[in-house]
Amino acid sequence: MPSKPRSLWESITAAGTPAGRLHGAGATVNLADLARGSSLGGRLEELRGRSVLLAVKDPLRAALAMLELDGVVSRMVLCPADLPSEHLAPVARNAAADACLGDAGDTSGGLDGVRTSIGVEPQLRAAQGQRVCSHATEWVLLTSGTTGVPKLVRHDLATLTDALTDTRPGPEPVVWGTFYDVRRYGGLQIFLRAVHLGSLVPAQPGEPVPAFLARARAAGLTHISGTPSHWRKVLMSGAAATITPRYVRLSGEIADQAVLDALHAAYPQAIIAHAFASTEAGVGFEVRDGLAGFPASLIDAPGARVRLTVTGDTLRIRSGGNAHGYLGEDASSFQLGSDGAVDTGDRVEERAGRYYFLGRQGGVINVGGLKVYPEEIEAVINSHPWVCMSLVHARHNPITGAIVVAEVVLADEGPDAERPASEALTRDLIHSCRQSLAAYKVPASIRIVPRLEVSASGKLVRPGA
Amino acid sequence: MSIKNTITTQFEQVAVEQERTLAVLTDDLKLIDCGLDSLSFAIIVTRLEDALGVDPFSSDRAIDFPVTFGDFVRLYEGFAK
Repeated sequence: MPSKPRSLWESITAAGTPAGRLHGAGATVNLADLARGSSLGGRLEELRGRSVLLAVKDPLRAALAMLELDGVVSRMVLCPADLPSEHLAPVARNAAADACLGDAGDTSGGLDGVRTSIGVEPQLRAAQGQRVCSHATEWVLLTSGTTGVPKLVRHDLATLTDALTDTRPGPEPVVWGTFYDVRRYGGLQIFLRAVHLGSLVPAQPGEPVPAFLARARAAGLTHISGTPSHWRKVLMSGAAATITPRYVRLSGEIADQAVLDALHAAYPQAIIAHAFASTEAGVGFEVRDGLAGFPASLIDAPGARVRLTVTGDTLRIRSGGNAHGYLGEDASSFQLGSDGAVDTGDRVEERAGRYYFLGRQGGVINVGGLKVYPEEIEAVINSHPWVCMSLVHARHNPITGAIVVAEVVLADEGPDAERPASEALTRDLIHSCRQSLAAYKVPASIRIVPRLEVSASGKLVRPGA
Repeated sequence: MSIKNTITTQFEQVAVEQERTLAVLTDDLKLIDCGLDSLSFAIIVTRLEDALGVDPFSSDRAIDFPVTFGDFVRLYEGFAK
C-alpha cells in the first residue's frame, strides 16, 4: 500500500479519482460516482459504528456496499450468495449483528437482534455529505466446504490487502473478471485488486459460462480468476475463445498439470498463474512457471514477507494476511501454531525440488490402513488426453474397509478424431493409474458420467465433505 | 453372460492388472490358494457390484462366507436371483 489510508474508499482514491467500473448483469456503476452517490438509499449514516450483515445475492450490490461500509461500520459480515437461509440467523447471532443489508425489496427481517434492514440498489442516490471514516471496520468472512453453520473469520482491510503489493493503476486498463463470489476470500482478493487497479466483472450466481464470458469480453476483460473446476467448465463450454485475457489465475483447489497445460493451449498469450490462499491463512504464494506445485525455495525463504513452513507434511503460513481468528463461539478452535503461523490443513510432499499438494487433511481415504489422497489420483486421471475432470472418492468395501473409485467426465475433443469406446477408455485409465500410482491407489471402478457437481464456491463437491 | 462367467472374467482381469498368477478356477479351488491378495478381492467385489448390482458381503442378510471359488459363485448367484 502506498500509504496507510484508513478506509477502502480512501485507499482506492489515494491516487486520484478512480477510473474503473463495476459491471453487474443488469447495471454498470462508475466507481467515481460513489464519491457523491450511495447504493444505500441515503441511509449509510444509520449504520455508523454498528455490526452489519451483508446478505445481498447480487455481487454488484455486494461490491457497492463493501465500498461504502468500510470505515463506517464497526463490523461487516460478508454472507455469500449460496449461504443456506437457515444459517443466516446463527451467523447474525454469532456476529452480534444489529443491521442487515439485503437486495432491494428483500427484507431479511425476523432475525433476532436485527433492528435495521436496508435494501442495496445499484441505482445510486445522492449521498449524505462527505464520506467520513470513523471506524477500523472488522471484515468477517465465512468458511466454506464444511457441513453445519460456517465459522466466522475475522479480518480487516490491512490483512485483506496484505498481498496487494502494488496498488497503482498502470498505463493499460485492467478489467478483472472472476467466477468467485466476491464475498468469499478468493473473490474478495480479486474485488480488492480490481477496485484499486481498474474494473471488475463478477459472475452472477448460476450464470452460464458462455453468458458470463460474453459479458466479460464486452467489458474489456484483461484478467480473470477461478478455481480449477471453474476452468474445466470453461474448457468444456466451447466458449473459452470468447475471451483473450492477459492473465489467468487459478486458486481454491489444487491446479494439476493437465488444467495448466490446457489453459496454456487455450490462452497462449496469457500468463497462467496459480495461487494458494485460504480464508484463515491469507495468500500464500502465486506461481507463474506453468508447472503444478511450487518451488521448494519458497519454504523457509529467509526474509520473505509471507513465511511458508512445512510441519510434518502440512503447509503453514505466517504473514500480515493471516486472519485475526474466529469470531464468537468458535474463537478457541482457530489453528494457530506456537510460532504464530496458521495451519492450512493442506498436505504437501517434496519431489525433486518442488512441493506438490497431496490433498486436504480431512479428505484422506483409508484403504486397508493405507492413506490415499483423492486429489493425487485425480491429477493422474486428469492428465489423460480424453479426460476433462474427475472425482475420486471412497466406496465401502467389505475387505479393505474402503476402496478408491472414480467418476470421470470426458472431453469433447481429444487426440484422435473419434473417441474410443467407454470400455477401452476406462481400461486405459486404469492402466495409466497403474503406471504411476501404488496398487491400492488405483481406482477399482471408473465410471464415465456426463457431469460432476461443482459448488457455488467453485469447488468440486466431494461426498461427505 | 452368466454370473459365473462374469465372476471368472473379473478374477482373470484383476489378476492381470495386479500381476498375479491365477490358479485354474475350479469349483473346489480354495480362495486362499487362488493367487490373489486382499486388495485384488476388494477390487473384484467392487467391480461385481458395478456389473451385477449386488454386494452380498455388505447386505443385511446373513451369509455363509465363501471358502472355495464355487462357494463364491453360488453366493453371488443367490443374491442375483
